[in-house]
Amino acid sequence: MSMERSLSTLPTDPPTPRTPPSARPLLPSRATLEEAILPPLVALMLAAVVGDLLILSFGQSPSAVFHLLLEGTWGNAYGFGQVLYKATTLVFTGLAVGLGLRAGLFNIGAESQLAAGGFTAAMVGILLPAGIPALLCLPIYLIAAALGGGVVGAVPGVLKARFGAHEVIVTIMLNFVVLALLNYLTSEKFHVPDTLHTAELKSGALPRLGDMFAAYHGSAANVTILLALLAAFALGWYLFRTRRGFELRAVGLQPGAAEYAGVDVGGVTWRALTISGALAGLGGLNFVLGYKHYYEEGFATGAGFLGIAVALVGRSHPVGIVLAALLFATLSQGGLAVNALVPKQMVDVLQAVVILAVSTSVPEVRRLLRSVRRSADR
Amino acid sequence: MTTTPAIELTGIDKAFGAVQANRGASLEVVSGEIHALVGENGAGKSTLMRVLAGMYAPDAGTMLVNGRDVTGWSTAQSIAGGVGMVHQHFMLVPTLTVAENVVLGSEITNGLSLDRAAAERAVRELSERTGLHVPPAALVSHLSVGEAQRVEILKTLYRGARILILDEPTAVLSPPEVTELWNVLRTLRADGGTVVLITHKLDEVIDVSDSITVMRQGSTVERMSSRGVTPQAIARAMVGRDVALALDAEYVPTSSADPSASPILRVQDLTVLDARGAVAVQDVSFDIAPGEILGIAGVEGNGQTELVEALAGLRAARGSAMLDGRDLLSLDVRRRGDAGLSHIPEDRHERGLLLEYSVAENLILGQQHRFTRGVSMDREAIQRNARALIQRYDIRPADAALQARALSGGNQQKIVIAREMSRDFKVLLAAQPTRGVDVGAIEFIHSRLREARDAGAGILLVSADLAEVLALADRIAVMYGGRFVAVMSRADATPAVLGGFMTGAERAA
Repeated sequence: MSMERSLSTLPTDPPTPRTPPSARPLLPSRATLEEAILPPLVALMLAAVVGDLLILSFGQSPSAVFHLLLEGTWGNAYGFGQVLYKATTLVFTGLAVGLGLRAGLFNIGAESQLAAGGFTAAMVGILLPAGIPALLCLPIYLIAAALGGGVVGAVPGVLKARFGAHEVIVTIMLNFVVLALLNYLTSEKFHVPDTLHTAELKSGALPRLGDMFAAYHGSAANVTILLALLAAFALGWYLFRTRRGFELRAVGLQPGAAEYAGVDVGGVTWRALTISGALAGLGGLNFVLGYKHYYEEGFATGAGFLGIAVALVGRSHPVGIVLAALLFATLSQGGLAVNALVPKQMVDVLQAVVILAVSTSVPEVRRLLRSVRRSADR
Repeated sequence: MTTTPAIELTGIDKAFGAVQANRGASLEVVSGEIHALVGENGAGKSTLMRVLAGMYAPDAGTMLVNGRDVTGWSTAQSIAGGVGMVHQHFMLVPTLTVAENVVLGSEITNGLSLDRAAAERAVRELSERTGLHVPPAALVSHLSVGEAQRVEILKTLYRGARILILDEPTAVLSPPEVTELWNVLRTLRADGGTVVLITHKLDEVIDVSDSITVMRQGSTVERMSSRGVTPQAIARAMVGRDVALALDAEYVPTSSADPSASPILRVQDLTVLDARGAVAVQDVSFDIAPGEILGIAGVEGNGQTELVEALAGLRAARGSAMLDGRDLLSLDVRRRGDAGLSHIPEDRHERGLLLEYSVAENLILGQQHRFTRGVSMDREAIQRNARALIQRYDIRPADAALQARALSGGNQQKIVIAREMSRDFKVLLAAQPTRGVDVGAIEFIHSRLREARDAGAGILLVSADLAEVLALADRIAVMYGGRFVAVMSRADATPAVLGGFMTGAERAA
């Protein structure tokens, strides 16, 4: 059944009421869903096969190792809590990198933006008077963390918009500068003697899941995860529903066309990197506000860089990013669980395989899917 | 005993997603002829030729080259089989010399290093035999567009092509360069070569080809001999009905222009630099009256692009440009639009469209600040706008949610035209408004432009197609080397007069 032919027979008078196009985006078609879900699944299966071979090479049984991995993560409340905790930070850094990618910018600086957000939140927490309800403190912490990460993100943004400095170079370099600065401030100025962390927040710490559900006792999971989901939702709305988002994606897809459409490309650039930094900065709340209630050197080392993988595997879509964050958090926590059978590093290798499998096989599977559908149509 | 045809394609099907580009298409080309493949944009000509050149595998059908079944061969196999394709967009390395580009991929080596002298010798010899004259040691970045095209053809011939496919080769050439290309093709034919020429321009078809295949909506509809055929007959076969052709369209004088009215656009001493910092437009001054079309003729690359982009706000410029008394140069792109400037950009893939965005979204591009409710986009209004414009401009398929990428070139251009001409404007910059658009759509776009003029808009029309400028413009300026070398009324303009100015052979005092 060919499209052109069927359309040419459509009447050209008033639009037919049968298919109001405005109703379409609410429910994605089956084809869209298939294309979104099937390819990553195939990629994961591929990664699992490679994982099997790896495990076999260590002389272990793949089923035993995978069983242990699942048992230690989704199999019990503590493990699951740890997965949720790790995923929370990854959602924030993944969203940060994903937003940048949508604007055609590669933010490699989530690592230091995350730390800066955590640090400013902790500083504000020391300055607050004791005894203020958490709900009143929350907006203050949100602003503090977003500001800390946002400032670090704004620097490459403004340098790029103003002087054309490449954001990859600037964000990489800023990672060293900012982390060194924070380490200096923590260890020289603000640490509690004999530790590498600052004093505890005076007010407004958020409860852990363990405080509410006994089963999660001991795990780091806390209610910041709700903030992460809220942030994912807000970013989706911003990207796909607002004019700013429309313009931001236009810049990322085709700068020439965006310029033609009157979009201030420089403005989008610095705004995107600033918001990206702010999102990463908010990730610092997971540790500072939700878990330990102080800033500690290296509290989430690697979570910024892993955010790049999360954004790539999640295809810079908020829903994809949340799922990818859960996957990488599972692998990361699972690495500890399987340590008895295979080296923990095997799971790092597995993460790399996931990234490679997704980035190479997703376009391939999608093409296959389309050609299968075409021949089914005929 | 009949001779085996050089090319015999039968029942070729090829689809891209929802778009069926070829549907049982066939083509038979006799060895040693120049064969023209014509059809509206989106008729599937380029697709069919890419299938022949091995770039796409057909979904169905058989392909014979010199009697051999080559269905679904690869590009490497097609090159080895003597088939070569020269694309609309050149595929040359600008930092290499002509000779280096020609031998690229089949280098003559001298141990480990490239034997440059031998390469240049080989290229010079080929160049003399075919009449494709280009200095072999020149850098490709220093060549004119016409010369670069000769390099493309040389490259194809160097790889042993005996069947040469040319995709819209004259789009970028000046009239004398076109004549020269025809001579080269005739030389190749005399040498026993076979040529397939994809083109839109019907006078060319009759000029140079021996036989013609017409395609429509992915299928072959007619095969005819070029002898005695009229442009009208070809056009009828292409569109399936009678159409007014641009090349014989009567110039319709303006009905509303008032020469005494103050100009709606006044440009004075405009100087614009190109991407490399060289002067691309130098001290250009002109006025456009309300209800007037000023056409700019000229070979591409003589500053037209930079002139239009500077007026649109996409390129910095010195001088002044006043739209109805407002200084354009101090405004950004969006404010120029709000001030009454509309712009059909010359490159719809680079600027005019966001190919990943839906048709509906593309129909508001540049107007997005008018389609908001608070900070969010007003999706209702966007869909309403899309439904209205799709219907009014007959954009096909009539699906607002489809990605712009999925539409044919002609329908993509209709999106741009619909968007830019449906809003309020006083001045329209129309750069190559019918490039790569089929005959039927050209007629449609031309009448929209005339309507806008008659409604009192000032239009700056830039076109590489002389026939288009002659059919539309009330006054004609010729651009050469970044300057206006001549400005004349439509009554004084003939192709011969304009051609002289276009090549720089003549300058007005």
